[in-house]
Amino acid sequence: MGIDRRKFLTIAGLTTLTTLGKTVLGSSPAGHDPIETGSQAVKRLAMVIDMVKCRQNEGCTECTKICHKIHNVPDIGNAKEEIKWIWKENFEAAFPNQHHDLLEDNIKNSPAVVLCNHCDVPPCVKVCPTGSTWQREDGIIMMDMHRCIGCRYCVAGCPYGSRSFNFRDPRPHIDEMNPEYPTRSKGVVEKCNFCAERLVDGLLPACVDICPEKALTFGNINDPESEIRQILKSRHSIRRKPILGTNPQIYYLV
Amino acid sequence: MLEKALTGDKRYWGWIAFVLIMIGAGAIAYLRQLDQGLTVTGLSRDVSWGFYIAQFTFLVGVAASAVMVVLPYYLHNFKAFSKLTILGEFLAVPSVIMCMLFIVVDMGQPFRVQNVMLYPSLNSPMFWDMMSLSGYLFLIVVIGYMVLSSEKKGIAPPKWLKPFIIISIPWAISIHTVTAFLYSGLSARPFWMTAVLAPRFLASAFAAGPALLILIIFLMRKLTRFDAGKDAIQKLAVIATYAMCINVFLVLMEVFTTFYSGMPEHMHHFEFLYVGLHGNNTLVPWMWFSSALAVVALVLLLTPKFRKTEVMLGFACIAVFVSIWIDKGLGMIVAGFTPSQMGEVVDYWPTLNEFMVSIMVWGIGLLIMSLLYKIIFTVRGETEPIVAAKEDKKELTVPSN
Repeated sequence: MGIDRRKFLTIAGLTTLTTLGKTVLGSSPAGHDPIETGSQAVKRLAMVIDMVKCRQNEGCTECTKICHKIHNVPDIGNAKEEIKWIWKENFEAAFPNQHHDLLEDNIKNSPAVVLCNHCDVPPCVKVCPTGSTWQREDGIIMMDMHRCIGCRYCVAGCPYGSRSFNFRDPRPHIDEMNPEYPTRSKGVVEKCNFCAERLVDGLLPACVDICPEKALTFGNINDPESEIRQILKSRHSIRRKPILGTNPQIYYLV
Repeated sequence: MLEKALTGDKRYWGWIAFVLIMIGAGAIAYLRQLDQGLTVTGLSRDVSWGFYIAQFTFLVGVAASAVMVVLPYYLHNFKAFSKLTILGEFLAVPSVIMCMLFIVVDMGQPFRVQNVMLYPSLNSPMFWDMMSLSGYLFLIVVIGYMVLSSEKKGIAPPKWLKPFIIISIPWAISIHTVTAFLYSGLSARPFWMTAVLAPRFLASAFAAGPALLILIIFLMRKLTRFDAGKDAIQKLAVIATYAMCINVFLVLMEVFTTFYSGMPEHMHHFEFLYVGLHGNNTLVPWMWFSSALAVVALVLLLTPKFRKTEVMLGFACIAVFVSIWIDKGLGMIVAGFTPSQMGEVVDYWPTLNEFMVSIMVWGIGLLIMSLLYKIIFTVRGETEPIVAAKEDKKELTVPSN
């Protein structure tokens, strides 16, 4: 009995040590950021969405189309399992706290383009048990599709419904595969990445580029001279659920 | 000692065969889920956790409730529980294992589960939940095994075990607290974001767990020579009564705060549960059934005449258990996701495949529990042939103060 116990404790102790060792020696989430963006010290990327311009072009879905195309986002054809990176919501759904029945028709009927808010204080990053989703220094919230265990805690934690889970293998549902961007497997979570793969080539996010109304502006919000700072200074802007303290970095002009 | 589980009569093996069939049938469903993904469940991008996570939540409570026999016995020297502590621990062991399995079957990438340990994220309650559950499992396995093997030899458990037992008490509280923190720390989900969630989880656990234990005692009395004794059963009934009262009280606190303040974001979830929202009434009959059972249970438990009648007590325990299972195992998780972030009500109901996978996990739990209980009763059959009469003679207490 005594020997059994000692043996057992030895094995248990060794197991614990091995796990701890791996932890200490293993890579930290910060160390596996695959993309460097520019040399500016404190860059903070953000987006301004001009809903006035956007609503001029009713029924336009160019941003969704280009984004989903270049990122190999599948079209599952089933609302319950839909994968969405950027899409239009009605005003009340996007801004439940800023909606009221007598609101100006223009605003009330404005669709809001929604995407990941790349929050300054991201709840998804906070809850992720594996560091599969993390925040880059420039603020972009990234996803590691190879580390994600598919627990969907981030989906529960995101107050904006910005995260989608691959309930099935997405590959058969991609119309035209873009070989430049990886596809995902079933069982992982995905979302908008602010086109990190384009930024590294010096390109703007695809949605910003393609918008026929030029309703989307992207830039460094920490630079007082940037275009988005100028716009925010001159126009009234709102954000989704700011009361939650996530400090979302998508600003809406109404 | 473990070999005791491998000998038994026809009845025992028949039961084991039945449980194995449950597991096998469920395993086929799980293979299907592994192959096709979670699309075989009723889950959606809006209701992204459902039946599996709800079972996990409920079972953490059952596991934690072992403390309700351990604490009175070891801290208060309540002798009538002397034979119940191992039953409590060995009910907690399969419960914790089922909790872990329900988490794994809910994962999109179950083969990556080790990532939680490889990349520990101290900011995630899920990491802490894994730590507290595995620590608890370790504690109760060691304690249960040592106490039972000492009992077999007719000696007192070793002294070094005492600290393990003492630590296991707050540890049991911690597992359900951390489980509540999984939910109550999310600003995104107003239904869960309440400080009363952890106390409510504990109260419902300490009602449902002892109620289940009473039912198990009744069943074991029929199947074996084991008898826990009237004192023990009545004390458990009193514990379940207090806990159920506190549980119902806390639910009513929640209802008051939500509806008196009148904040729509908080009210919508309750409306979805109790009156339906946007024409969706999926859970309404279930929640009212649960409430009705809670009332019945309270009437039966709070009336001494009924509580002391075993048939009535049995009914009360079934009512407590089912009421809390519906509340935690069906309502709690789905209501947190309904309405969704966009204010939509997306229907959720577990699919047959999801249910079968759950059958697999329950089957595994039942199997482990059956084997463990078989060991207990075989060991006791050897050391203590006339069980009921010798109640007070048996002293296998760890010295306590």
